[in-house]
Amino acid sequence: MTKTVFIGALAVAGLTAGIASAATLDDVKARGSLKCGSNEGLAGFAAPDANGNWEGFDVSLCRAIAAAVLGDGQAVEFVPLTSQTRFTALAAGEVDVLVRNSTWTFTRDTDLALDFPAINYYDGQGFMVPRALGVSSAAELDGATVCIQTGTTTELNLADYFRANGISYEPVPVATNAEGQQQYLAGACDVYTTDISGLAATRATFEAPGDHVILPEVVSKEPLGPAVRHGDNAWGDIVRWTTHALVAAEEYGVTKANVAELAAAPTDNPEVNRLLGTEGELGAMIGLDADWAVKVLSVAGNYGEIFEANIGESTAVGLARGLNAQWTDGGLMYGGPFR
Amino acid sequence: MTSTSKVAYVRTDMLPEQAPPPGVAGPVKWLRENLFSGWFNSLMTILAIYVVWSVLSGTLPWVFNGIWDAGSLNECREIRDARGLESAACWAVINERWLQMLFGFYPTDNPVLARLFYAEELAAAGGAEVVFGGGFNATQQVEFISAMKDDVSNAAIFFFGYWRPLAALGLLVVAVAPVLYSNLPRSLLIFSLAYPFIAFFLLWGGSVWLPVLVALGLLATVMAGRYASAFVGSLGGLIVSLVVFAIIFMNPLGAIGVDGLFPLLPQLRGALDGVMPWGLPYTASENFGGFMLAIIIGTSGIVLSLPLGIALALGRQSSMPLIKWVCVSFIEVIRGVPLIVWLFTASTLLNYFLPPGTTFDLLLRVIIMVTLFASAYLAEVVRGGLAALPKGQYEAADSLGLDYWKSMRLIILPQALKISIPGIVNTFIGLFKDTTLVVFIGLRDPLGLTNAIRATSEWNGIYWELYIFVGGLFFMFCFFMSRYSMYLERRLRTDHR
Amino acid sequence: MADISDHPRETFRISMLLYDARYRSLTIQVVAAMLIMLFLAQLVDNTVTNLAVLGKDISFSFLWSTAGYDINQQIIPFTSQDTHARAALVGILNTLLVAVLGCILATVIGVFAGVLRLSKNWLVARVMTFYVECMRNTPLLIWILIVFAVMTEATPQPRDFREGGTAAMVFADSVAVTNRGVFIPRPIWADGSGIVVAFLILSIIGIFVLRYVARKRQEDTGQQLPVLRLSLAMLIVPVTLAFFAVGRPITLEYPELGGFNFEGGLQVRNSFIALWLALSLYTSAFIAEIVRSGILAVSKGQTEAAFALGMQPNRTMQLIILPQALRVIIPPLISQFLNLTKNSSLALAVGYMDARSTLGGITVNQTGRELEGILLLGIFYLITSLIISSAMNFYNSGVKLKER
Repeated sequence: MTKTVFIGALAVAGLTAGIASAATLDDVKARGSLKCGSNEGLAGFAAPDANGNWEGFDVSLCRAIAAAVLGDGQAVEFVPLTSQTRFTALAAGEVDVLVRNSTWTFTRDTDLALDFPAINYYDGQGFMVPRALGVSSAAELDGATVCIQTGTTTELNLADYFRANGISYEPVPVATNAEGQQQYLAGACDVYTTDISGLAATRATFEAPGDHVILPEVVSKEPLGPAVRHGDNAWGDIVRWTTHALVAAEEYGVTKANVAELAAAPTDNPEVNRLLGTEGELGAMIGLDADWAVKVLSVAGNYGEIFEANIGESTAVGLARGLNAQWTDGGLMYGGPFR
Repeated sequence: MTSTSKVAYVRTDMLPEQAPPPGVAGPVKWLRENLFSGWFNSLMTILAIYVVWSVLSGTLPWVFNGIWDAGSLNECREIRDARGLESAACWAVINERWLQMLFGFYPTDNPVLARLFYAEELAAAGGAEVVFGGGFNATQQVEFISAMKDDVSNAAIFFFGYWRPLAALGLLVVAVAPVLYSNLPRSLLIFSLAYPFIAFFLLWGGSVWLPVLVALGLLATVMAGRYASAFVGSLGGLIVSLVVFAIIFMNPLGAIGVDGLFPLLPQLRGALDGVMPWGLPYTASENFGGFMLAIIIGTSGIVLSLPLGIALALGRQSSMPLIKWVCVSFIEVIRGVPLIVWLFTASTLLNYFLPPGTTFDLLLRVIIMVTLFASAYLAEVVRGGLAALPKGQYEAADSLGLDYWKSMRLIILPQALKISIPGIVNTFIGLFKDTTLVVFIGLRDPLGLTNAIRATSEWNGIYWELYIFVGGLFFMFCFFMSRYSMYLERRLRTDHR
Repeated sequence: MADISDHPRETFRISMLLYDARYRSLTIQVVAAMLIMLFLAQLVDNTVTNLAVLGKDISFSFLWSTAGYDINQQIIPFTSQDTHARAALVGILNTLLVAVLGCILATVIGVFAGVLRLSKNWLVARVMTFYVECMRNTPLLIWILIVFAVMTEATPQPRDFREGGTAAMVFADSVAVTNRGVFIPRPIWADGSGIVVAFLILSIIGIFVLRYVARKRQEDTGQQLPVLRLSLAMLIVPVTLAFFAVGRPITLEYPELGGFNFEGGLQVRNSFIALWLALSLYTSAFIAEIVRSGILAVSKGQTEAAFALGMQPNRTMQLIILPQALRVIIPPLISQFLNLTKNSSLALAVGYMDARSTLGGITVNQTGRELEGILLLGIFYLITSLIISSAMNFYNSGVKLKER
């Protein structure tokens, strides 16, 4: 009873973000835009340009989901979330999907009542040290001072790794990546540790990137991916299969350039036909248009293209595909069968 | 004794005026008196000169050798090395991003910009109707707008693209003026009362009828109460206004399952929107950012907390133990816990306290929290003002036979609030500075934007310039406010002596 | 008599609950109490329902599970295998440490700046005004970030202390100022140090007795004792004698450059120094204003009266000006201490592990217990604030003008 009265008052105030209903898909369609929980700023993954347009690897996934649901890659509102506020914001319904370099872990999946429908980047925690230190392995870091971002899984991994190897260290917690970089460059810490992608992205912007090495040890598994609320499986399916569509499209050679051509008429490849909606009714099964994947791929291309444009070797971040290569190339990216 | 005038050694004509001996007049005197009046003072002066010199010699070359025209930090470094400078600020980042620092990602009024500064390309693209009226899809629009913004100068975007926040700020000055300067006509206060609704409309946009109807609804609530109290007494008046409020803004029949009839306001709004669909494009709170966000949170925090703060201050003085106890504990709990903890409460816990299923805007939640926070501080300021009034004022009001509310409204509060204005302004300055803390909960305040800007590959690794810019903005604003509050204190002091 | 008993006995009517001032306040309070109870019940009900929807409960058992993270600055020993409760305690101690030291430094700088602002020296007064205005009108968070950046950029890294490096240790190679913090010698307490400490405590008690005796003597006879010199002697001589008599039990461990960093000695971390300095500098600007207005509040006539009585300038300051100025200064000063303590929660910005960063930060984040964590954090700050403000009330009632 109080609920209706209260909501009446709030609806009048006009500032309610609406009521988070069980069906996120309906909310997004009614709103006409996707609320995507994003990073406040991480080079290569999410950053604003001078005109205020967001760009990056994670941003592209948000746009792809928006394109799948609403047919428009620009229909996204980016809600900045800190590493501390991200999961509560998602649980409270402030965002529809969280694409913010979040690691899929057991507790997050179960105890925090989240779902990680897909993995869009396989990462691992690594260490970066100045070349001048002459360190070639993390085992030699006994007594080192380590800069580390708080509020992430990295600080737990770090404690575990050093304890397991019986070596001591001094943690220097930093609030943001930018600050960690500043501390590291000034020599306030010997080692900077975070996900290897983050290390590479950070190193890429140094004055002399060659003076720093990323140590070979990878001390944790960090499968990063979009997160949604637990329980809304229809919405989780859309996020999962949008990610898979990007990956599968790369495997089948569907790109931003040729997607329109391939979607114009059925091709010889039935998998491509089903993906692009020229054959079968896959779109309708997840409550989307038949050509949803065409829209997804028209925004920024397939997974490989997004990777190359934002964090690939040709960019400042300069990451190799590594684990994120297609399974056909020895990586872990394995787009689910569209059938 | 007139003969003495003829005595030879007494002069009759005046000596010409002589210049004072060196050291007792002019700059030398000033120097001697103010800088070198003793060995200790001289030592202090030399020490001060040394400190000033060492600070300035370290910073000024960096500031004035600054590079204003570059596309990235690396370009800045190249230019610096090419010029052979040891250190130089890279002001280019401010040059490129100052609009973002001021307004965050608040959308510009693109049709206006396009018509004024990009008319040819707009016509080439098919005119405003096509570009903004639905002919272009969102991606094409964004491309068009990005090209336009690259072409149009930042100053033009500032004045014409952001006219809505600028107008809201300008009107804020008009709305606040009659409160702060007592020699302006009182009738301007009506505008001050209307201002929150105008500002809401300008900043958030949407249908014009929402703020208009909310304002009218509140007016109707007050008027109905007043009118009714003439017939059925003050308590009856209160009940009538509560009922009016309920049917306009709430759904009192929700309890018995009747929906759709009440509240009246959405019904009226729907009808009016159907007939006269006037309004501005709607802007979601997520897009608010930058210095504008600090001003919005600070101003609305102080304005909304004023009534609450006064109520708390009165409650704290109340003779009713329960009321007093509740007010005291509210004030102490709010003041005893740092704002940052309250902000975390707003961002992560407030949703737990609300009825299941409701969520609202992070910005609104922050404003609510900041309002509660500021009201506790304001209550203490107002309490000081109440305590400063001579007891005779209270007794005089009582002896006139005024009831509590009348004596407060007509005698006590006008005087107490007047004394409290400097304190209120100081609370506002403190609150305004504290708005920087919202960066910790992910709102895009100026400091949060520095993080976002540093995340771009062009500007990664830059920080001094951004901090100095943000600090400078805050300094200018707060400095003028504090000067104003000092001026007020001086003026009020003469009034009371 | 009849007249008096004839006075109509008022019978209680329901309307008196509203229109009789005696009963009305009761009515209002009852209504208010009901509304408040309703509001609180609603709040609790909502919270319980919301938590149930999310599948959470309210439980503080997370405090006794393994924390799993490390904390660099520990006043009490802590490893990643200790509990969240102990991590919270480490954080709380860190908060208290920076708050207490911050209050001390802020007072020192603030008194200095406040007095210098009143200086007749034009340049000094201007410089101090500039300092105070800069500090007061810029957000604390920006100062913390700037001081931290300065600390990181302007001091040498440990690497520079190696052979052929650009930096060197100071104070006879006992102190190293680096951008990871300041390394200072650490006292090593061997057997017998207790005796030395006991002597120190006894000397301090002795000094208080001496002061009491001196005042008594002055009040009785008008003769003054050289209190300062005697106190210094009492402080130094017995302790030194005891120190050597027991056989120098307290030695110093000097920091030395190790593999990556300085080893041994005591590391005062940069995050701590930055937070401490920034908090102190910021608060000192407010204290300077308080001190200035406190001194100005004592009317000039008081000084002139003291001079007329033949008092010396320093005695005038000590006995006439300061006691009166302090009455004006202390209450706002203590509320500045309160602000400083609360502002120390900005430690987050420099990665100083205070209560907010451990209990309200990492613990909450790793366990997902926002409600309980933030509740505990709020209670900690509230208790600290209440203790400080009750100290202020105690002082206020002590120095209140006794009007007769």
